Amino acid sequence: MDAERPEVAAAAWPAGTIVIVGAGQAGGWAAQTLRKEGFTGRLVLIGDERHPPHERPPLSKAVLAGVSLPQSTWLQKADAFDALALEWRPGTTVARIDRAAKRLELADGETLAYDKLILCTGGRARTLAVPGADAPGVHTLRRIDDAIALAPLLQPGRQVVVVGGGWIGLEVAATARQKGADVVVVEAQSRLCERTVPSEISEHLLALHRTHGTRVILGAGVAGFGSSDDGRSAVTLADGKVLACDAIVVGVGLVPNDELARDAGLDCDGGVIVDARCRTSDPDILAAGDVAVTENPWAGRRLRLESWQNAQEQGIAAARSALGLEVEYRPLPWFWSDQYGMNLQIYGIPTPSLRVVVRGVAGSESFVLFYLEGDVVKAAIGPNAARDLRFARRLIEQCKPVDPQRLADIGVPMSKL
Amino acid sequence: MTINWIDAAAQDEVPQDDVLGVDVAGRDIALYGVDGEVYATDNVCTHGHARLCDGFLEGHEIECPLHQGRFDVRSGQPNCAPATEALRTYPVKIEGGRVWLALD
Repeated sequence: MDAERPEVAAAAWPAGTIVIVGAGQAGGWAAQTLRKEGFTGRLVLIGDERHPPHERPPLSKAVLAGVSLPQSTWLQKADAFDALALEWRPGTTVARIDRAAKRLELADGETLAYDKLILCTGGRARTLAVPGADAPGVHTLRRIDDAIALAPLLQPGRQVVVVGGGWIGLEVAATARQKGADVVVVEAQSRLCERTVPSEISEHLLALHRTHGTRVILGAGVAGFGSSDDGRSAVTLADGKVLACDAIVVGVGLVPNDELARDAGLDCDGGVIVDARCRTSDPDILAAGDVAVTENPWAGRRLRLESWQNAQEQGIAAARSALGLEVEYRPLPWFWSDQYGMNLQIYGIPTPSLRVVVRGVAGSESFVLFYLEGDVVKAAIGPNAARDLRFARRLIEQCKPVDPQRLADIGVPMSKL
Repeated sequence: MTINWIDAAAQDEVPQDDVLGVDVAGRDIALYGVDGEVYATDNVCTHGHARLCDGFLEGHEIECPLHQGRFDVRSGQPNCAPATEALRTYPVKIEGGRVWLALD
C-alpha cells in the first residue's frame, strides 16, 4: 500500500506525539518542518515567552530602534501559524524530563508524554557577578520583552553605558547612537569581539564606533552597578572610575539553557551534545539551535553555534531526523552583524594559524580577509562585501584551490576564481 | 482584454546569468537574464525585505543576499528556507530591443 502512496511512506511517524521545548527560531522551524514533512500526529510547542516563534536579529536593531514592530519578527503570519495545528503552550516552563517514562513534567505539575522530544531551549543573557547586577537600571537584550523595555530609554541626550564589546553590545550601541543617545562601550578585553574576529576586524569595528561618536573603553573591568546621587544609574569600573548614566546594557554573552538536559542525564558540554542527526545521547531526544553542541568539520572541533543560520537549519534538520528522514547536518558556519550602515559577514572559522589574504584594503569601507590552508580557502570575513563573501562561501564549500594573487586582486571578479 | 505592456529596460541592459533592479512605473522590479530569456519578479524578498537585485543568481534560482532564501525566477516559488511565500512574477515580452512587462 505504501508503494502506491510514496508521499505517505515518507512520514514514518503518522501518529504519536512530538514535543518541542523552546519556541524561538529553532523550535519554530522544527514545528513547521514536521508538518511540511507530513507529520500528522500530536505536536506540542512549549515556549517560556508569551510570543510565538520569531527571529531575534532585529531585536537589537529595527525593533529596538522602534522602526519595526515586534510582530514583524514572527516566523509565521498568524494564519500560517494556526494552520500548523500545534498545541501551542506559551509562557510555560518545563520542570523535568522523565526519560524512563518518556514524559515531561511542567512547572505547574502537569505531565506530557512524548514519543520524540526536541530541545530548542536556546540560552539566556549572561549576567555579571558583581554588586548591583540585578539593579533596576541594568538591562540585557535577548528577548522581545527586553527590547520593548529598553527601547524607550534610547533617546537624544540620554546616557547609555553598554558593558561588553561583543556583537550584542555593539549592535545595541549603534542603535542607541542612531536614536541620539550618548553611548559608552566598556569592554574587558583589549579589543572588540575578541572571541570571534581577528584584530584587523576589531580595529575596523573600533574605528566605526568612534567615528559615530561612541566612547569605547577597552581593557576595563566592571566592579559594580549602582545608583548615583541624582537617582540615575552608575557603572563603577575596576579602576574606581564611575560612569553615571540613564541605562546600563550588559551584553557579555549567552548561557545555554541546558539544565533540563543535564538534570535528565543527557551528555552535555557547555550545551547539549548532539550528532549530525541532531540526536542527543538519548535517541528519542534531539536538540537544535543555540543550546546544541555538535562536531563541526569546518572547525575541526565541537561547536555551539549562536547564529540565525544555525537556529533555522538545525531546527529543520532535527525535525527531519525525528521523523526518521535522512539528515547530515554539517553546516559551514555563517554569521553576520549589522551596525550603523555596515554589514559584516563571516563564513567558516577565521583561525590565526591560517594564512591571511586581503582582498581590497584592510580598514577601508569594504574588504575581505580570506583564511587559507595551502591554496584552499577555509574562512572569510569582511565588512560591506556580501556579494564577494557569497562567492567565498562557494570556494570554501568546494575546497577548490585558488591562486592567492588573483584572490587578492579586486580586478578579478570573484565569480572567475 | 488588452495587455498594458510597459517598457522596463533595454534588452542589452539585462545581464546574462545575473540580475538587474529597475523601477517600472513606481514598482521595484528584478529582471533576470537566463539562457537568453528574460524573467521579471518583484525585487523585494518575501521574507526579509532585502533587494533581490543584490542577490546571487544561479541558473533559474535567485538567492536573497540577506538570508539566502531562494526562489525560482520563472514561477516565483520559494525553494528553500527561510523563504515560504512566493514572489510575484510578471509576464515579459521582448520587442524592438526593449523588455516589456505586464504589471497588472
